[in-house]
Amino acid sequence: MLGRAYVHALNSSTVPEGQPALEISNIELRFGGVVALHDVGFTVTQGHIHAVIGPNGAGKSSLLNCVSGLYHPQVGKAILHTGDGGHHELTKLPPHRIARLGVARSFQNIELFSHLTVLENLMLGRHTHMKHGVLQSLLWFGPAQNQEISHRGIVEEVIDLLSLQAFRHKPVGSLAYGIQKRVELGRALVLQPSLLLLDEPMAGMNAEEKEDMARYVLDVHELAGVTVILIEHDMAVVMDISDRVSVLDFGRLIADGTPAEVKTNPAVVEAYLGAEEH
Amino acid sequence: MATATGIHHRTYRAELRLRHTKAEWARLAIIVVLLLVVPYLLNTYWLGIANSILIAVIGAVGLNILVGFTGQISLGQGGFLAVGAYTSAIASTRLGLPVPVAVIVAVFVTAGIGALFGLPALRLKGLYLAIATLASQEIIMFVVRRWGFLTEDKGYIEVPRFGFIERETFEIQWYWILLPITFLAVLMARNVFRSSLGRSFMAVRDQDIAAEAIGVNITRAKVTAFALSSGFVGLSGALSAYYTETVTWERFTLDVSVLYLAMIIVGGLGSIAGSVYGAIFMMLLPALLTELGDQVGDSIPFLSDQLPAIKNALFGAAIITFLLIEPRGLDRIWTRVKDYVRFWPFRY
Ligand SMILES: Nc1ncnc2c1ncn2[C@@H]1O[C@H](COP(=O)(O)OP(=O)(O)OP(=O)(O)O)[C@@H](O)[C@H]1O
Ligand SMILES: [Mg+2]
Repeated sequence: MLGRAYVHALNSSTVPEGQPALEISNIELRFGGVVALHDVGFTVTQGHIHAVIGPNGAGKSSLLNCVSGLYHPQVGKAILHTGDGGHHELTKLPPHRIARLGVARSFQNIELFSHLTVLENLMLGRHTHMKHGVLQSLLWFGPAQNQEISHRGIVEEVIDLLSLQAFRHKPVGSLAYGIQKRVELGRALVLQPSLLLLDEPMAGMNAEEKEDMARYVLDVHELAGVTVILIEHDMAVVMDISDRVSVLDFGRLIADGTPAEVKTNPAVVEAYLGAEEH
Repeated sequence: MATATGIHHRTYRAELRLRHTKAEWARLAIIVVLLLVVPYLLNTYWLGIANSILIAVIGAVGLNILVGFTGQISLGQGGFLAVGAYTSAIASTRLGLPVPVAVIVAVFVTAGIGALFGLPALRLKGLYLAIATLASQEIIMFVVRRWGFLTEDKGYIEVPRFGFIERETFEIQWYWILLPITFLAVLMARNVFRSSLGRSFMAVRDQDIAAEAIGVNITRAKVTAFALSSGFVGLSGALSAYYTETVTWERFTLDVSVLYLAMIIVGGLGSIAGSVYGAIFMMLLPALLTELGDQVGDSIPFLSDQLPAIKNALFGAAIITFLLIEPRGLDRIWTRVKDYVRFWPFRY
């Protein structure tokens, strides 16, 4: 396991383990005539790795986009719970406000700030925690300067956790695909998420890289107790690391349960066999 | 700490400094010394060009904040320079404000108008935004040309010379006024991009959806970028009003917007140093070509009436050549030269 103590908590949710962290209820999302999501609802439990699986075009990414505010469903809502018994209706908020609530994410097709270095990308992950005025920034004075230093601590811990030391000052655009995927995970982690959304973090990787990435996700989950929603195509990985699995097919939720339950669910078997026949 | 194996920082604070190695400090010292002795080496003509460069640097830095760092293309530079010049001229001649106050007022007014004309950027990108900013350029030009009361129907504003400036030492006195102001403006722009504010601009440029998802308020970032950029441009315009002593709309037309875009492209988009190099290059090259033309024109008389055309062609050719050699601009060329020297005689 990891050999050094981390002083910063990566999980910022105060919801007790086992309580509902995110409740998605009867979400319907349409793009013109295309119904991307139809009456989708399930609950994500605090402390779980919750996998969302389904064939291509099933609506997995769209669902994540609804939770992080990039898409606005026509019907239904996603509610994020806080430890003090309060809650926020994410489907009514713009993306930057949702980020401020601690919902962090990675993207299916890497969406990093490609001209900036790994360090700058990760410091941007701290954006919601940093605040200073324009004048302070111009004068490199007060919080503008001090925050650059104080927030380096957690950024360096995440660099360490994800073994990104060698790339710290490299522009991310020049890095290998697998490393970029890791940087994207890091950028989400430094936000100190209350909920972490990962859209196919292992897609396009070879077996070895996949294993590494799965390890990182597990570390984050076990060490930091972060609740994770994970979209993944690789069934072996999903069955291995997730606590609960929701299955989408053509925009509908066809199953929701433990990995063992889902694996033997006839509708799931049908959907996957059906998908393979095409 | 710099050793043979590279630069090793002991603290994050040390790493955040703008200069780390002895070589970097030495380079800065050389530049400072040069800047301090230059006015005694140049004649009035070249000193005048140096002063124009100092004013242009501030404008180029401002434009680069918007275009190079935030990715919001703008053809409204000339208009914003005009806002700065007209505001400061009116504030000090008609409202009787002291010059420093008038300049600060001009900076804030231009920032505000910049933010206003930046609002289309919330919906438009790329070429569409370019057209929208072209419209702002033309609207501002219309206002300064047609609203007679701005110039008391004279069509221009005369700005009185500062009392302490003597006719014979005009350029050198202005050099000492402009140098510290430009230095501070460049330093401030550098500061913005080592803090969270400047990084959020670059995030919007590189990947606006991801920027939103990590909590950047894109609306606020874009409007702030327009305001901040226009503030610098307004300062440049205000200084030019006092330096040239007249404010007329002819000096703020679309050509000026294009010239400034060329400066930051040649110098390097998204680079503060690049904005400085670009401004120097674009202001110096025409003067050098004129100088060259004068000398050649004497010996080859039949060329002399073609000179202006040849000069323009050479100007264009020089820009294209530079861009072909290094599309990322003069700043990038300079970095490569530094690396070459650093690793000499070893080539990795
Ligand atoms: N912005 C959009 N505009 C129009 N249609 C969209 C948009 N985003 C998604 N869709 C449609 O919604 C459906 C679901 O797409 P989505 O990307 O959510 O699938 P997915 O399950 O993530 O698939 P994959 O496994 O290929 O990533 C598809 O039919 C897609 O074409
Ligand atoms: Mg997807």
